[in-house]
Amino acid sequence: MLQGFVWLLAFQFAGEVLSRLFALPIPGNVIGMALLLVALALGLVKEAAIREAAELLLRYLALFFVPAGVGVMLYFDLIGREWLPIVVGTLVSTFVVMAVTGWVEQWLGAKK
Amino acid sequence: MNGLLTSPLFGVSLTLVVFYLAQGLYQRTRFILFNPVFVSIFSIIGFLLLTRIDYAAYARGGDLILFLLGPSVVALALPLWQRRQQILERKLPIMAGVAAGALASIVSAAGTAWLLGASPKVVLSLVAKSVTTPIAIGITEKIGGIVPLTAALVVLTGCLGAICGPEFCRLIGIRTPTSMGLAVGTASHGIGTARMLEEDRLAGAVAGLAIGLNGLVTALLVPFLWLLFGLD
Repeated sequence: MLQGFVWLLAFQFAGEVLSRLFALPIPGNVIGMALLLVALALGLVKEAAIREAAELLLRYLALFFVPAGVGVMLYFDLIGREWLPIVVGTLVSTFVVMAVTGWVEQWLGAKK
Repeated sequence: MNGLLTSPLFGVSLTLVVFYLAQGLYQRTRFILFNPVFVSIFSIIGFLLLTRIDYAAYARGGDLILFLLGPSVVALALPLWQRRQQILERKLPIMAGVAAGALASIVSAAGTAWLLGASPKVVLSLVAKSVTTPIAIGITEKIGGIVPLTAALVVLTGCLGAICGPEFCRLIGIRTPTSMGLAVGTASHGIGTARMLEEDRLAGAVAGLAIGLNGLVTALLVPFLWLLFGLD
């Protein structure tokens, strides 16, 4: 388990370094995910080495978003000022994105 | 007593207790509006407002939990690796789906808000709302939107997809695990991905992939659209 956490943090760190060094618009943790995937493909990191730690974190992924969500309370007045276009725009767009993305993937995937 | 509120113990305990109870509520009722993330956020905000406890006091503990989000995103490489064959088989549909979804997101969010009379700065703040927070903030900064507003909308969008993403997909005929995972991951980034991982491993893996892909595509697409329409 400890070894897994060491790997995950090492890849996050490497991702952060690359993100800052090249001023990339992609955050360090997403680059870290891509790097870990490459390392797994090249056999540099064995799946067994990260499995326990990764499974533990993924099981509670939803929990880790809660503090960020509570932060929304600081911006209630910002949303309140033009709440109608903000709320309706967010709602409509979220459903449009799901429909377009899912339909395109399903339709192209079923074609061959 | 005051010392206790300023220790991280307060924020960590409050978050864990509320999330534990919210999860129990959801498991018992299976009512989609009782999504644990949504209920927890709502309850903690309510608690802090009622007790007049400062957000800053909560954040001392909240930030510790938030820290774990970083390595968790890295950990999304695991389901991707485990399901690589099924995902590679559909790499073209997946890329086309994200590209279409990213474009639809920018146009529909900005378009709807604009039609309803939002001010230009608010319209710009909605453009990146389906993208994971750090990328969304970068995009909003670049195009001159209101950064805190985008950050709040990213969370709301995430909750929306987590609450009813899979149900909405089934309703409109999106049924395969890859298309459903891609739809919810593209629209609702990490919070949607957390829900998809509970539904189905392959769908969760694809949703995790969609966080990165949609972030990348939107970050590239927005400056391009701006150039095209001579906004700037």
